[in-house]
Amino acid sequence: MRVAVIQFPGSNCDTDCQAALLSFPGAQAGIVWHKETSLAGYDAVVLPGGFSYGDYLRCGSIARFSPIMGAVRGAADAGVLVIGICNGFQILCEAGLLPGTLMRNNGLLFRCENLHLRVENANSPFTSILHKGQVLEIPIAHGEGSYFADPETLKKLNANNQILLRYCDAKGNVSPEANPNGSLENIAGICSHGRNVFGLMPHPERVCDPLLGGTDGRGIFQSMIEWTASHQARK
Amino acid sequence: MKAVVTVMPKPAILDPAGVATGRAMEHLGLKGVRSIRIGKSIEIEVDGADEKQLHEICHDLLSNPVVEDYKLEILS
Repeated sequence: MRVAVIQFPGSNCDTDCQAALLSFPGAQAGIVWHKETSLAGYDAVVLPGGFSYGDYLRCGSIARFSPIMGAVRGAADAGVLVIGICNGFQILCEAGLLPGTLMRNNGLLFRCENLHLRVENANSPFTSILHKGQVLEIPIAHGEGSYFADPETLKKLNANNQILLRYCDAKGNVSPEANPNGSLENIAGICSHGRNVFGLMPHPERVCDPLLGGTDGRGIFQSMIEWTASHQARK
Repeated sequence: MKAVVTVMPKPAILDPAGVATGRAMEHLGLKGVRSIRIGKSIEIEVDGADEKQLHEICHDLLSNPVVEDYKLEILS
């Protein structure tokens, strides 16, 4: 799997994502500057975390107009896997590639801690080797991660099984106490209707090596690698 | 052309920064604070733009229509 990690001015998880991906046999990962306009030859795209354009105006609102975003949209339309992590999730929402938006945390605090997430659906290229109900421990680090969508959008997300991750406790209970930021229905990650675009606030790239305190992030990248391999085999 | 764009959270949206600021006002002795909403005011000076273009900019860039409303005022 050849992965493009997009680097915006202010991205700061780009090399972490690259390093995490390079720890998988068979994965190649290159940094692509946001002024590029082509993603030809890549099987997957990562929009990494950080503070693109200093979070000016709104998180992700300026990055969505970067030159590379035309190619990201083209890739998403063509079925290429696109994953947006933290600021990347915010950019995907601003770009309209995912529904809803991410607002200021309801407690106003920047939350930086390990949290538990429940896998809500394994039927996606990003969760295919995980199982429904599985609990992952993955850190968050954001001030604006409160997921919001209008009631109609939320209904569609549920009906189409687009909610892939919810904040939960260590036993997998999804409760208000386990919600770090006020996200509607404890939503931590959603995919597009076509299921090939995924946005999540937690940082799986930070838990891909036991040295860093955990490996629960690996399942997401491994799912992408296996999905891509099987998809290419079918072509 | 001079214009001012006011961007505000939609009425149904919780504005946690507004709530916290309202509480601080109460701590300062202001009684009866019912609601504080925090938005943005953006001043624009531009040559050769028309109002339609500015509305597009307001919709696509300056506000997030999912959670915010904007008001465009042309001053001159």
